[in-house]
Amino acid sequence: MTLITFIQHDGSERMVDGDVGLSLMETALKHDVPGIDADCGGGAICGTCHCFVEVSGDLPAPDSQETAMLGLRPDRAENSRLACQIVVSEGMADITVRLPEFQM
Amino acid sequence: MPMGASVPDYRGMPLEDLDVSDPRMFQYDYWHQLFARLREECPIHYQPDSPAGPFWSVTRYEDIVAIERDTETFSSEPSIAIIDPEPDMILKMFIAMDPPEHDDQRRAVHHVVAPRNLQEFEALIRERTTEVLDSLPENEPFDWVKLVSRDLTTKMLATLFDFPWEERNKLTEWSDMFTSDVRITAGEGYTREVIIQHITACLQRFTELWHERKGDGKEAFDLIRLLQADPNTENMVDDPLTYMGNIMLLIVGGNDTTRNSMSGGVVFLNQFPDEMAKVRQNPDLIPSMVSEIIRYQTPLPHMRRTTTRDVELNGRKIAKGEKVVLWFVSGNYDDAVIERPNDFWIDRPSVRNHLSFGAGIHRCMGNRLAEMQLRILWEEALQRFETIEVVGEPKRTCNLFIRGFTELPVKVTRFQS
Repeated sequence: MTLITFIQHDGSERMVDGDVGLSLMETALKHDVPGIDADCGGGAICGTCHCFVEVSGDLPAPDSQETAMLGLRPDRAENSRLACQIVVSEGMADITVRLPEFQM
Repeated sequence: MPMGASVPDYRGMPLEDLDVSDPRMFQYDYWHQLFARLREECPIHYQPDSPAGPFWSVTRYEDIVAIERDTETFSSEPSIAIIDPEPDMILKMFIAMDPPEHDDQRRAVHHVVAPRNLQEFEALIRERTTEVLDSLPENEPFDWVKLVSRDLTTKMLATLFDFPWEERNKLTEWSDMFTSDVRITAGEGYTREVIIQHITACLQRFTELWHERKGDGKEAFDLIRLLQADPNTENMVDDPLTYMGNIMLLIVGGNDTTRNSMSGGVVFLNQFPDEMAKVRQNPDLIPSMVSEIIRYQTPLPHMRRTTTRDVELNGRKIAKGEKVVLWFVSGNYDDAVIERPNDFWIDRPSVRNHLSFGAGIHRCMGNRLAEMQLRILWEEALQRFETIEVVGEPKRTCNLFIRGFTELPVKVTRFQS
């Protein structure tokens, strides 16, 4: 079981179980975790599920579309990702998802 | 439909004869039939001849998204308008740039419409909205476009720029002019020469405002001071084509779009009274309704890209250097993606999933501001007015780039307090 901890910009935390096959974005929506808008529904074409990810171990690298969208964020960091592009897989390590001040 | 206007019968017409360049399809609202046929029979359509030259039309949702993802093949340069710019007057605006220059320029001005700044604007926008709604006549018809949509968007733009209040109508005049080239308005608009004269006047006024404000010590609260306060943009005035490009983008981006969605909402809620009842019952639906209004209106019906290489799309071969027009208005009514697209359905599933803001790296930067303005309008209007009734035929804009209204007769009644 992969534990996913969402940390809001104000520091409040919420820990949920990740379902294999669901993206971090879908996991947040399923559990009504605020801070992720997901306007486009998962196609990496709106950038409104931007987050900062901390995980022990490697995640699949962002593809060119995700990289292009992240490139627009003024608050982009080393660990910036789109939550819709990270899918929980079997045996994946626990993951911490920090949410930005706002999505746009 | 006025006397004398004829609606083409698209059904029997050979595909190659379909005219996707005539703005009267929006003026007289007969575009549904044209795009339905294109989506069905010819989703990648070539028109060899039009006032704006030859161009391709892309009409299905998924094809539009695929193109928006491939910015290397489908460039936004030299223009996102169907008409090419004059070589001696190419304004530098990031909407018409490709990465990596696009990304740097966009990031530099992104903060002016960041939600953090919007919170500062919200109270002011609500105050303006309240003033406008409270001044409307009761029980007699008035023009919603003039007294609400136009007035409110102009006041909001003037507020965002802290533009001299008594001159504020210039902002809307400039915006209308910049998007009304004769070649996309069935001859009703302005020639290139006239438009350039007004661009020059606009730049001159904004340059004066920049210098008046520079270093006056006031807190950065308007778009000009926000540009001045950021190290990336603090000297933008020294590069007039870039300064003017960004000003134009902010003026046009924040004008026709929101204005026409403000009018569209009234029309749709009158056409679909059950939806009006729904939102009256549950005002928490207003944010969702705002997204649905923006989809249903699609105030900017298209954007243009230009191919950087020969490419094949759905079996059609497009040569390098051709114009490819992405019809967001058609994608937004594509039933392969949007359930019951012809229904105005304020709490539809995935309501934010529409193409009115575009998709990918050029997705509308001001989308949160637009949504906020519309949300405030409807929060305040539904609180005040017991009825908001369309009492005459709306008049629509004759412009291929703008889907909107020029006149909308409305009557309101207020709740008795």
